[in-house]
Amino acid sequence: MSRLLEISGLSKHFGGVAALEEIALEAERGAIVGIIGPNGAGKTTLFNCISGVIRPESGRVRFGTEGRAQDLLGLAPHEICRMGIARTFQNIRLFPEMSVLENVRIGAYVRTQADWWEALWPWSRRVRQEEAWTSELALRLLDRVGLSNKVDQTAGSLSYGQQRRVELARALASEPDLLLLDEPAAGLNHAERQELMGFLRDLRREELTILLIEHDMRVVMPVCDRVTVLDHGLRIAEGIPKTVQEDPHVIEAYLGTET
Amino acid sequence: MRKRTSLAFGLILLLSFFDPDPYRSEIYATAALYALLALGLNVIVGFAGLLHLGYAALFAVGAYTYALLNLRLGWPFWLGLPASGAAAALAGVLLGLPAIRVRGDYLAIVTLGFGEIIRVVVTNLEGWTGGPNGLMGIDHPSVGPVHFGVDSKPYYALLMVLIAFTAAACSRLKHSRVGLAWAAVRENELAASCLGMNARQLKLLALGIGGWVAGLAGCVFAAKQGTITPDSFDFIVSVMVLAMVILGGLGSVPGVILGAVVLSVVPELLREFTQYRMLLLGLIMLLLMRWRPQGLLGPASALFRRVREPAA
Repeated sequence: MSRLLEISGLSKHFGGVAALEEIALEAERGAIVGIIGPNGAGKTTLFNCISGVIRPESGRVRFGTEGRAQDLLGLAPHEICRMGIARTFQNIRLFPEMSVLENVRIGAYVRTQADWWEALWPWSRRVRQEEAWTSELALRLLDRVGLSNKVDQTAGSLSYGQQRRVELARALASEPDLLLLDEPAAGLNHAERQELMGFLRDLRREELTILLIEHDMRVVMPVCDRVTVLDHGLRIAEGIPKTVQEDPHVIEAYLGTET
Repeated sequence: MRKRTSLAFGLILLLSFFDPDPYRSEIYATAALYALLALGLNVIVGFAGLLHLGYAALFAVGAYTYALLNLRLGWPFWLGLPASGAAAALAGVLLGLPAIRVRGDYLAIVTLGFGEIIRVVVTNLEGWTGGPNGLMGIDHPSVGPVHFGVDSKPYYALLMVLIAFTAAACSRLKHSRVGLAWAAVRENELAASCLGMNARQLKLLALGIGGWVAGLAGCVFAAKQGTITPDSFDFIVSVMVLAMVILGGLGSVPGVILGAVVLSVVPELLREFTQYRMLLLGLIMLLLMRWRPQGLLGPASALFRRVREPAA
């Protein structure tokens, strides 16, 4: 396996608070890496730094297979997306007025090229080809996440769990190499959570690399290849799920110590 | 149903075109001019979700571009038309560059300021623009042997052609890749940029297209009037066009045309109420916004949602 993502020395402070302190993280191609930690540990800040939403003060983010790796820091979110990184959000960010189908179709934005003047020309081959292709792709993805009966509804009218699935389908529509999932199981019931875990395993089989922020140990432990634990912006543990679970630092961070 | 509506619409258009009354013909031409302006502003406010309050300035740039090219260099109308469009598009983009660094209400304030700056500059640049007296003797267009003259009919016809092309282009844009991207940036800019959309570029594109349409309208206006003064590009024009776009339904192409027609014609119908007519117009709009906030033909729009839930 080759390395797809390599983060080193990443730091970000908000005022006097260290959201991230010299964070290091690696992800092999095709692996699912779990990022866990209590609230306020800096997990979402880490995602925001990778996806270009916020700029860290120092550190490096290298993305790409050996020899073709590029630095991501300083790039804008849309440039980072173009390089093959897609993400979802902890607080769902769909386009609520658009239909479910449009939400997912628009995920393929970086995979299409037709510019505005081509759209003015009613006989443009490229426009029609891309429209057909994005619709087909969106329908296929919606079918995979089990929403093929909701395509024409507005995204805002769906239930919470369904909105999460639309967001996942939208992220996949950009055909990323790396997928950042910010608490995809939050607010899901037991059955939905089982489905999500099955889906994540399917994605790994397709060689997609996933960083997964998750609170729920019942999700993280069975699907992740490696787990990184953050607490107050520090990386307190890293390793395979089983050893991390037994790490005294982790237990302390999650449960506190006896005094 | 749809067919019958468009048939009725076509019939009214045809009748209006053969209306011999010059006063009413003037109203039709004015309504058409506003409809064109509303289509352009709709790209900026309705599609891209940028609350722009300086649209009259872009209209002015178009009008003065043709006036100056015609008076100083003798350019004919048909060359002046694309030149005016291009100049106003450029103005839209250049003024947009600093303005789109802010969002929402702040953008409205900045564009309002820019609109006023252009008007004040035009008023004071007497050597070029004739100052408050404006420019006179601008050529009317002609097609072969037919000279447009001062009659409003040929301008009405020309505006119809421009509206038809602009409306068709807007409808296509709205459902295109770029149109969807505009909607995405409007509804959630952060999510849109994480999906690979360059929000800045998309906003500037909308300002450029909206500016182009305002420029075309300005050119026709200058050619029709023969005389232009800074008063014609007052802030109130920006507000009127925005009211038309909102009344008709943000983002809806037939809606904003309807909005423009209603807001141009209703004040004339209310003329017999003399001093109360603007008051009545205000009341009608107030009631409409109470019972149909999305406008006559629009879906629930982003602009109103943003009032309830500020975009993060």
